[in-house]
Amino acid sequence: MSSITPADVEVGAQGDGGAPRRPGRVSLGGLSLNLRSSGIYIAFALIVVLFSVLTDGALLTPQNISNIIVQNSYVLILAIGMILIIIAGHIDLSVGSVVAVTGALAAVLMVNMGLPWPLALLITLVAGALIGAWQGYWIAYFGIPAFIVTLAGMLLFRALTLTVLGNRGIGPFPDQVRTLANGFTNGYFGNIGLGPLGGADLFSLLIGIVAIAGMAAAQWRSRTARRSYGQAVEPFVLFVLKLAAGAALILFLVVQLARFKNLPWVLVLLAVLVLGYSLMANRTVFGRQIYAIGGNLQAAVMSGVKVKSVVFWIFVNMGVLSAIAGVIFAGRLNQAGPTAGNAFELDAIAAAFIGGAAVQGGVGKVVGAITGGLIMAVINNGMSLIGSPSERVMLVKGAVLLAAVAFDVWTKRRAGASR
Amino acid sequence: MTEHILRMSGITKTFPGVKALQNVNLSVRRGEIHAICGENGAGKSTLMKVLSGVYPHGDYEGEIIFEGRKCEFGGIRDSEHAGIVIIHQELALSPQLSIAENIFLGNERARRGLIDWNRTNFEAAELMKRVGLRENPTTPISDIGVGKQQLVEIAKALSKEVKLLILDEPTAALNDDDSAHLLDLLRGLRDEGITCVIISHKLNEVTAIADSVTIIRDGQTIETLDMASDHVTEDRIISGMVGRALDNRFPPHEPTIGEEVLRIEDWTVYSPSQPGRKVVDGAALTLRRGEIVGLAGLMGAGRTELAMSVFGRAYGVHISGKIFKDGKPIEVRNVQDAIRHGIAYATEDRKRYGLNLIEDIKRNISAAGLTGLSRRGWVNENEEYQVAERFHKSMNIKAPSVESIVGKLSGGNQQKVVLSKWILTEPDVLILDEPTRGIDVGAKYEIYTIINRLADQGKAVLVISSELPELLGLCDRIYTLSEGRITGEVPRADATQESLMYLMTKGQEK
Repeated sequence: MSSITPADVEVGAQGDGGAPRRPGRVSLGGLSLNLRSSGIYIAFALIVVLFSVLTDGALLTPQNISNIIVQNSYVLILAIGMILIIIAGHIDLSVGSVVAVTGALAAVLMVNMGLPWPLALLITLVAGALIGAWQGYWIAYFGIPAFIVTLAGMLLFRALTLTVLGNRGIGPFPDQVRTLANGFTNGYFGNIGLGPLGGADLFSLLIGIVAIAGMAAAQWRSRTARRSYGQAVEPFVLFVLKLAAGAALILFLVVQLARFKNLPWVLVLLAVLVLGYSLMANRTVFGRQIYAIGGNLQAAVMSGVKVKSVVFWIFVNMGVLSAIAGVIFAGRLNQAGPTAGNAFELDAIAAAFIGGAAVQGGVGKVVGAITGGLIMAVINNGMSLIGSPSERVMLVKGAVLLAAVAFDVWTKRRAGASR
Repeated sequence: MTEHILRMSGITKTFPGVKALQNVNLSVRRGEIHAICGENGAGKSTLMKVLSGVYPHGDYEGEIIFEGRKCEFGGIRDSEHAGIVIIHQELALSPQLSIAENIFLGNERARRGLIDWNRTNFEAAELMKRVGLRENPTTPISDIGVGKQQLVEIAKALSKEVKLLILDEPTAALNDDDSAHLLDLLRGLRDEGITCVIISHKLNEVTAIADSVTIIRDGQTIETLDMASDHVTEDRIISGMVGRALDNRFPPHEPTIGEEVLRIEDWTVYSPSQPGRKVVDGAALTLRRGEIVGLAGLMGAGRTELAMSVFGRAYGVHISGKIFKDGKPIEVRNVQDAIRHGIAYATEDRKRYGLNLIEDIKRNISAAGLTGLSRRGWVNENEEYQVAERFHKSMNIKAPSVESIVGKLSGGNQQKVVLSKWILTEPDVLILDEPTRGIDVGAKYEIYTIINRLADQGKAVLVISSELPELLGLCDRIYTLSEGRITGEVPRADATQESLMYLMTKGQEK
């Protein structure tokens, strides 16, 4: 259950879009629609329970939770960018190669040229943006399908990586970059005892409490605002129960992490990204236009959406996120290697589709993609804990992806038939 | 010439909520060219779809007797097997394949599973000679013009040993030379003994070529005329097509017409798919505050193309002409410009261009006016909800809440969502393209009321409609469009269905 935190942060953030919608959907489409939007979270919970049992609880130990987060952070970051692209009805196959080339660039700047790491990081992010702009130009303004442009990009940027690195890796990275990728927050206030659970970092616990308080406050504010506009809100008891469940999840995660080595920096980064991008997707004009484009491109054009510009910028964004993932991946291995990021694009795409994105576009959530990524992460981790060979892990992941999309298509067809 | 090759009797076809055909009878004599005339939406194409098996047996009521045998077609394959071939208005050719391949598509000349290319190209050349198409059989379809593509379709029909050839608006997209050639070809086929049914809006062609004509109105057969013995003229056909009485289907409205809001001058638009073809040709329009102006034209006249090209060049290439807003010339390069200048266009094709069907009412209503509901790029969702709720009530959108998915609403309610979306942008000019298409009578009245209300608020409204009674009942002034040209401007007081139909069918005299 631990790693659900990002999801929960998001629920707090966009609650006023999600909550009142549900009763409307239920009354129209019956249970299936409700299932379609929440099925992914139920599936995730079941998978976590399943592997907790199979691993005798090893899955949810403090260290393992920390590992799952740190080991999958870069794919989750990529999934955030990917879900936006998929919502708009496009795809990006190049992110793995972009991770490699930006990691290599960061290594050259920091290690070979000895630039100060913040400057090198900034240059790397700008490079990521330029790569995204390059691909976005061909897709949005030149009109080449994203599939082709990014397939070419996959080759181009891998070639560029090999050109820069040759056959060897570049490292080691400055300590700060390694800390960002692999390290934990400092225990500023020391440890406190938690009785039978042993010692835990006070600072991490405080962060957790602040997060819970923030979530509760945001939820409460949107609830009162909604009521003042005369909108229907869910019953107070249900509201409190939901809040309590969310708080319990965050608390569990934070306590477990505080008992290990405090909060991983990548978790902090991830939480900020998920919160920020969820807000962007739901609450900004730009985010709404992404959904409009994917939902009905022609109607979006005829409603005055600057389709080309929106598509261009989501690819620029993907480039920047790929660069962040590239630096974190290289920092974690402490070396930028020529094979870095191999097949990351497939993990990111799978995360988006498992997380409820529609193949035709127009549907999907940032939290969904994160949950999809975590489902794969837990399957990976859990199966390796019970000693499954890697081919079996791959088999299961493939089956899960197919099942998730099949479920989506099936619910849609049922919804269509009942029309 | 008295033997009937086809008798359709008592054909009734209902769509959910709409009776498209009601007890229609059609008798076609062997070896004649039989024209079917009627307004848009009268049911001509539906009737032909029943005949060709697009709507299979059991989907409609009534009886089809072809060549003396009762027919119960389960699909197009069955009807083609019987010798009935339909050529639709939108040609069904595969652009990258050769002429020969298209002619034998689905009917390949093969030996033991392998295509016999020599036979394919040889037989194709024979068929092409019959229809007068001088091209190489291996030329790709995309390399020849629409007129020749039409001939390929006919050659394809001949390859299936057609006995009854149905052509739906065969000359709508053709220029005069190609049309003349096609009509000659049809006469030639008639002499070979092939019966033709032709649906056409071009009445001059009908009078020139048809041996008899059946007129359909509101899904019912009105009459069948023998061209020779009944001395049928274009006017005679028009009066049959529009003969319905006007009842009280329109809310009363007293316009208060103000100054000019929008003026279009010398507006010319070329087709993006057929280079060199003018879709709109030097059109000029003036819209005034508080006035409801109609734009009448038959299918293919360029109504939607005119409207969409004005709405931020959403259609067409090489657009030229001037637009004046409140007397000042304006540049409208894209849809955003159009919205900024207070122009709104509600499409005729709601599902394709108007709505995001997988989203809810609220987000569809805010789709075009989202910037007005946001500050520095952040949407005020509560305000969005409130605005949607306001339209939910004022437009009487029948849905449980503004969070209902738009794809599940009825046509009338979807149309109200589209109108709400555009009203939210606070336009000065509303172009409504077929605002009541696919909507039942009760909802139509509501839409008319909304349109009147918009005019009373001082907006200029341009209504494009295929239904002449609708234009006569709603509009203060009506423009007619024929083959891309404005052929008339008639005040309501002077307009009759006959006079409009005359202007709408007026061909271009060279």
